[in-house]
Amino acid sequence: MFKGDFIDNLPKIYGLYTGGFLVFIAIMAVLEQLGVDAETIGILFVAFTICIYAAIGWISRTTQVDAYYLAGRQVPPVFNGMATAADWMSGASFVALAGGIYFGGHGYLGFVVGWTGGYVLVNSLMAPYLRKFGCYTVPDFIGTRYGGNLARFCAVVILAVASFTYVTAQINATGTIAARALNIPFELGVWFGLLGILICSMLGGMRAVTWTQVAQYIVLIIAYLVPVIWMSNVQGFGLIPHFSYGDAVQRIAELEATLGVGTAPTETFAGLKALVAPHNAPGEDAGMESWKFFTLALCMMAGTASLPHILMRYFTTPSVRDARQSVAWSLLFIFLLYFTAPALATLTKLQLLDPELPTAIIGKAIDDVMALDWIQKWSEVDFLKISDSNGDGILQINEFFMRSGIVVLATPEIAGLPYVVSGLVAAGGMAAAMSTADGLLLAIANAISHDLYYKIVDPTADTKRRLIVARLLLIIIGAAGAAVASLQLTGILGAVAWAFCFACSGLFFPLVLGVWWKRANRQGAVAGMVFGFAAGAGYLYAIQNGMEPWYGLDGLRFGIIGMPVSLVAMVVVSYMTPAPDEETQAMVDEVRKPSGRTILAANH
Amino acid sequence: MPGLNPEADAAHWRKTRNLTLFVLAIWAVFAFVVHIFAGTLNEYTFIGFPLGYYLAVQGSLIIFVVLIFFQNARQDAIDEEFGMDE
Repeated sequence: MFKGDFIDNLPKIYGLYTGGFLVFIAIMAVLEQLGVDAETIGILFVAFTICIYAAIGWISRTTQVDAYYLAGRQVPPVFNGMATAADWMSGASFVALAGGIYFGGHGYLGFVVGWTGGYVLVNSLMAPYLRKFGCYTVPDFIGTRYGGNLARFCAVVILAVASFTYVTAQINATGTIAARALNIPFELGVWFGLLGILICSMLGGMRAVTWTQVAQYIVLIIAYLVPVIWMSNVQGFGLIPHFSYGDAVQRIAELEATLGVGTAPTETFAGLKALVAPHNAPGEDAGMESWKFFTLALCMMAGTASLPHILMRYFTTPSVRDARQSVAWSLLFIFLLYFTAPALATLTKLQLLDPELPTAIIGKAIDDVMALDWIQKWSEVDFLKISDSNGDGILQINEFFMRSGIVVLATPEIAGLPYVVSGLVAAGGMAAAMSTADGLLLAIANAISHDLYYKIVDPTADTKRRLIVARLLLIIIGAAGAAVASLQLTGILGAVAWAFCFACSGLFFPLVLGVWWKRANRQGAVAGMVFGFAAGAGYLYAIQNGMEPWYGLDGLRFGIIGMPVSLVAMVVVSYMTPAPDEETQAMVDEVRKPSGRTILAANH
Repeated sequence: MPGLNPEADAAHWRKTRNLTLFVLAIWAVFAFVVHIFAGTLNEYTFIGFPLGYYLAVQGSLIIFVVLIFFQNARQDAIDEEFGMDE
């Protein structure tokens, strides 16, 4: 059945894997019919999928530097697309995106547009050129293009800060899901999640992460699409809801007026929100709303094109052309989830609000609502709260509080789907959070082991030593991430947006201009990184400590401060200092040509 | 033979740059411009959706996907023209 090598057989291998996963779902459904309880099914789902990832991680172990850092540069575009999509779609995308749209309305859609449109920047400005360069890591490009250890060091620091911010949020998400699915305390769940993440990445580096991420993408996309499409069919919203929920959007607008959406709640509960924002129409201050949409989308797009764990995925393809192709596939695979999330948010909202639907809870007697199974279950774990603020015995819209994650997690139960679907969703959320955490941890550990240790501290280290250092760093950084995650400092999504803003403040212009502006030199790049990052981080620090944000530029958007500072500093300082030498300019010319050998030799 | 012909290299880069600028112009329209006018566009409907809303949840996303596949096809043609395909 399997002729040729592993790469030739990829479609067959992952085809079988997908079939096997579907059979597993069917077996779980049968077990549920036979009376196995919900808790056991949840545990089986999460445990089974983690075991599969761990097995792939073990099979992909390697002792070669090229395989460890670049997966041997043999990942075909479609599979690299899937791996990037899993790398990209975090616990936040999976669990919190639909909930964010539910609560945030049109303004929140800036995330949806930003997190997809960013790939046009990746494809146009970054991926093909970085692939031609042949670097192992993003700081490797900065260090070689601009020369000097200082530029390399600055890039490592920014990469580490941005990725570390992001990875704590992911470890937090794995902890939350593991804790819920396996019925263990959150603090233990965090370390359990980390263990799963390390098993996937430690032995095989990029090679192991690549092949587990493909497997994780398949799980997460099935787990996202199946409940939404199933729910849509059960509730009569159409076979494929994506193209037919326009009426639901308009119906919600009518209901918002009659139900009084926008009336502020009179009580607050920590971590829980009541619905106040309109689903679609820009609110009263349309100019401000447009500005906030624009700034959010811009930060997320530039951040996408600067985040090293994404860029490094495009170093693993066989050619420059394949790097471009895999950006296209990445976005297509990401699109499948991102155009589903708003449909889910809209239909879930309609189910809760529309008095003509049997699932509606708003406007019903509080005692009846409290008797619903899903309300009781999620109330117990403090994911939602019903409080009769005005004491009339009827549930109003501003008396229903919940966490944003609940839109995805509770959809199967709201729509009355079997528990097997909830187990599937837990496995999908786990896959999303684990795959992103893997990519991020590897990006940080590789940058420190390759750029800091090998390139700066000890250039004579042999292969064995380099890979031992890389693996040790992976464990240390993972443990640090888990320790920070268990403190639960910010919500999942806040920390994610910070990572994008850190990355675009410090790295966007030094990366882009490294290819697109020959005059850019070392001094300019260092100034761009230092001033851009310092401006963004300083602004964030100020608003976190009580300063009034300028023009609505809150903690989700501080890249808008960092990026222009970075650009101006880089251009001004570049012009004030001598142009780069002939050799560097020739190198830039060479990067712009898709054919020929990479700039950096293998095993550099 | 790439690398030995600076004029051909320059022409290749010029075409690549123009394609990139074109792609980024379309990108900017669907990334920013249409959303700034979402309120106005919402007065129109498209397959049952208010248009401004539709563009943010699906329209722009579809354009981005198509745009990247289009850009890659064009870039392949440019690379082939200058013998820089692999």
